Amino acid sequence: MAEQPLLSVENLTVQFRGDNGWVNAVEGVDFAVGAGECLGIVGESGSGKSVSALSILKLHSQANTRYASGTIRYGDRDLLTLPQRRLRQVRGGEIAMIFQDPMSSLNPVLTIADQIMEPLRQHQGLSVQAARRKAIELLEMVRISDASRRIDDYPHRLSGGMRQRVMIAIAVACRPKILIADEPTTALDVTIQSQILELLRELQREIGMAVILITHDLGVVAQFAQRVVVMYAGRVVETASVPALFERPMHPYTEGLIRAVPNLDEDVHRLTTIPGSIPDPSTLIAGCRFSPRCREAVKSCLAEPPALVDAGAGHFARCPPRIAAGGIS
Amino acid sequence: MSAASIVVVRDLVKTFAARGALLRAVDGVSFDVRQGETLGLVGESGSGKSTTGRILVGLEAATSGSINLFGQEISSVRGRVTPGAVRRRLQFVFQDPQNSLNPRMRAQDAIAEPLDVAGGWSRSARSDRVRELLEMVGLPRSCGDRFPHEFSGGQRQRIGIARALALKPDFVICDEPVSSLDVSMQAQIVNLLLDLQERLGLSYLFIAHDLAVVRSISARVAVMYAGGIVEIAPKRELYTSPLHPYTQALLAAVPRMTSNRARAAVITGELPSQIDAVPGCTFHPRCPFAFERCRIEKPKLREIAPGHLAACHLHETPA
Ligand SMILES: Nc1ncnc2c1ncn2[C@@H]1O[C@H](COP(=O)(O)OP(=O)(O)OP(=O)(O)O)[C@@H](O)[C@H]1O
Ligand SMILES: Nc1ncnc2c1ncn2[C@@H]1O[C@H](COP(=O)(O)OP(=O)(O)OP(=O)(O)O)[C@@H](O)[C@H]1O
Ligand code: SF4
Ligand code: SF4
Ligand SMILES: [Mg+2]
Ligand SMILES: [Mg+2]
Repeated sequence: MAEQPLLSVENLTVQFRGDNGWVNAVEGVDFAVGAGECLGIVGESGSGKSVSALSILKLHSQANTRYASGTIRYGDRDLLTLPQRRLRQVRGGEIAMIFQDPMSSLNPVLTIADQIMEPLRQHQGLSVQAARRKAIELLEMVRISDASRRIDDYPHRLSGGMRQRVMIAIAVACRPKILIADEPTTALDVTIQSQILELLRELQREIGMAVILITHDLGVVAQFAQRVVVMYAGRVVETASVPALFERPMHPYTEGLIRAVPNLDEDVHRLTTIPGSIPDPSTLIAGCRFSPRCREAVKSCLAEPPALVDAGAGHFARCPPRIAAGGIS
Repeated sequence: MSAASIVVVRDLVKTFAARGALLRAVDGVSFDVRQGETLGLVGESGSGKSTTGRILVGLEAATSGSINLFGQEISSVRGRVTPGAVRRRLQFVFQDPQNSLNPRMRAQDAIAEPLDVAGGWSRSARSDRVRELLEMVGLPRSCGDRFPHEFSGGQRQRIGIARALALKPDFVICDEPVSSLDVSMQAQIVNLLLDLQERLGLSYLFIAHDLAVVRSISARVAVMYAGGIVEIAPKRELYTSPLHPYTQALLAAVPRMTSNRARAAVITGELPSQIDAVPGCTFHPRCPFAFERCRIEKPKLREIAPGHLAACHLHETPA
């Protein structure tokens, strides 16, 4: 990214209150996204993707969360130090979020109409009639059939994927500058998914919307993102352009993730897993946090936490042995 | 292939009232699930997959149609009460774990809830079973006293699976059990479901959008579109020689990790209304092969090749 990114997260550390004091859920995380660009964030469950994403708009509960370090640069502002009042103006308007769990983020006692019209009225000052017209249009854009009649339904009357599409409609209603999409298409079939991604592409082209796309679906990342951040146990372990990451992954963990993607073209009976499991944030691990699961671990891996190193051409990895070997496995 | 069918569904219909009109959520669905088999159920978002599953498990009453479970005719599916003995053999893993877990209930109590409802578990047997289940789904034994919000999205889904397995059911309806999981965890859960199936002879109805995952776990796969099954076949046939244009479009739209960004042709066109009756084939407004007859006559699901059924006028004449 040559020019100034639209949003950059620098050295972000987020802590939660644990039984024995504060625990780092994410530590020293850096990433950035430019206008019209899409940054994919991948990694196993519990690797800190949502915690990082929710921090951008400071959506964690204040009592149990501490932003121990970091800057979230948006224009000339640091969102982490912005007063709540100012942050509220940004939320849902300039920066919108699609939450991982559509049901708990839609209000069960309000109709779909109420919920889509709300940001349109609040951030764009539309009249009731205009907001309703716009809301129906948005529902049609996210491929909900009978939109003008379904708009007055309550969320429980919609299917899982329809609720997810309502969330997407709400998020893009105000044509945000930045869209943070946390698993936005998990509940959608692939034909509707590709139509939704096409819709986001259009917004990227038209208004230069930047997308931070969190997903477990590496196929979606490969087709839709330009850069990828791979997270493991609260840290960024690799970051690269999409072609570089898929053609030449450097970190053993990234390789494991790619290998574990089920193949559509074979009748396999057992799927490939990454042996072991991700450590809890409170677990102390000397050196590389992936070392207990890494087949290539050597003594030096346990000595100190490895740094994220530039292997050239904007390809960073947190694995000194692989960097030294030039990344070839 | 000739194992007994433990689930037989015929002409299942479910309508919901929609502002003076009727919304046809499930529109004449028929299928069987055999003992020890996994039937995959894929298809369009909103096509009636979850509703079908919810009717089977008794969470929703059908409008018409018949259901036979474990050889027992559920005579009146309307407002039926599933007999307790049948109910225990049937479990459901939800699409939305966050919502099915009580936020104020510790993981161990959520998992043990079916045991508590069934009764007859001593304190120690209960906690042993909970720990066994936690381990089975890949969660640390020690995390039982944590609350749902202290887990990540994927971890919460595993709690839902542990809970469904608590009473050792015979038939489990999995409604997108792995769609919120990462690829590695997805693989672990799918492998776990396969292991349990081999060991215990479990049968699954496996609803999901990830076609590669469905291919790995299913014996046969059914494809739904607008309330109806448009194709059903043994998995190899379905993936290598899909007959219905919607199935073909679905397979073509899977985003690939390897291929370059040449975008697959996306099916466009008008979505089927679920409220106003669409004459003819429900897929005709979007079908690249639609011809005159498709606009008038609704194609029936019929057997084109052994075990391979499709509902499309292009495949009318059986060989
Ligand atoms: N509010 C919280 N309090 C305490 N710990 C939390 C909280 N939210 C998340 N965590 C912990 O922080 C870590 C990172 O969680 P996060 O939700 O970011 O994972 P994720 O990468 O989004 O996973 P998934 O793919 O399952 O959504 C996990 O270990 C999780 O248990
Ligand atoms: N309680 C309800 N009241 C009214 N309509 C409903 C109700 N439950 C489901 N529907 C409607 O029935 C149709 C089928 O929904 P269902 O949840 O079965 O779809 P699905 O195939 O599971 O979709 P998805 O893949 O998005 O989960 C949808 O149009 C939905 O809005
Ligand atoms: S630093 Fe060592 S343990 Fe960590 S991923 Fe690299 S080789 Fe494996
Ligand atoms: S019946 Fe006609 S419209 Fe329907 S899928 Fe077949 S060819 Fe297409
Ligand atoms: Mg998450
Ligand atoms: Mg569903």
